[in-house]
Amino acid sequence: MKRLMVFILCLAFSAPAFAVVADKPLADPAKEAVARSLMKEIRCLVCQNESIDESDADLAKDLRGLIREHVAKGDSPKQIRQFLVDRYGDWVLLKPPVQPSTYLLWGSPFLFLILGGIAVMRRRVRANAPEPLSAEEEAKLKKLLRSKGDKA
Amino acid sequence: MQRFLPLIVVAALAALFLSMLLRDRNPHEIKSVMMGKESPAFTLPALLEADKQVTDDVLRTGHPVLVNFFASWCVPCRAEHANLMKLAKEHHIPIIGINYKDDPAKARAYLAELGDPYVTIAADLHGRTGIDWGVTGVPETFIVDGNGKIRDRLWGPVVVDSIEKKILPEIEAIK
Repeated sequence: MKRLMVFILCLAFSAPAFAVVADKPLADPAKEAVARSLMKEIRCLVCQNESIDESDADLAKDLRGLIREHVAKGDSPKQIRQFLVDRYGDWVLLKPPVQPSTYLLWGSPFLFLILGGIAVMRRRVRANAPEPLSAEEEAKLKKLLRSKGDKA
Repeated sequence: MQRFLPLIVVAALAALFLSMLLRDRNPHEIKSVMMGKESPAFTLPALLEADKQVTDDVLRTGHPVLVNFFASWCVPCRAEHANLMKLAKEHHIPIIGINYKDDPAKARAYLAELGDPYVTIAADLHGRTGIDWGVTGVPETFIVDGNGKIRDRLWGPVVVDSIEKKILPEIEAIK
């Protein structure tokens, strides 16, 4: 009985999780899938770190409706993305596009990997190199070389 | 020198982060991409006159105007209202109102209570014009030159500071 109560309580508090799904989906399941996957890529402009697929904001809801409308009309995801970028900028895409202004952003992990690799390699080379001789050892070596030279 | 390198890197990063943090910027504000662009077209019902329409022709009269997105349910709109009244009455700047996702009856009551600073008001019942203009929330105010081109956007309520530093100088510059 107690378990059932806990279960019911959990369900009651999880209501917000179902809220987003409450929009009217498109009749065609294939088109709805396209629309949903697009919604996951679009940033909610009110909550900012959520996609409009997850967000409960009013504007997110409007944008979901708009995306469904465009998908139903037969627009490609690329066209719809462009439509939103024209209005809200690249920022509306959760994944920044690869373009000259973002080369550094996309390339920096590789850049740092290469720089780190070079640093490690240089350290290795240095570690393998023999220690330089101390003054005492140097003198000893000279003496040895000289004595050898005398014999020859 | 070599042994101080990590310290120098950390200090440089700290300076960078601090300068970003201390800069006067609101992380909620999203930069508008509409600046310098042609204002998006619209044909919307007028809020105050029954069966009349407001189109983007009101932005091409040859005189600079403000386009203010507002709603009666929006608290910061209430806060900026006195400043809009001042712009209209004292500075004689025409303001086009776009009533964003509002109940027209409530919007009319709101204007009856606080006064009407607008030359004309369009009712954007479904918020589609808002989306076309890249509005992320009300209030937002655009400065449009007399040929329909967007010059600037003010995010959030119009405050005295933005009237003096942005709106008045920019309108003066257009004239």
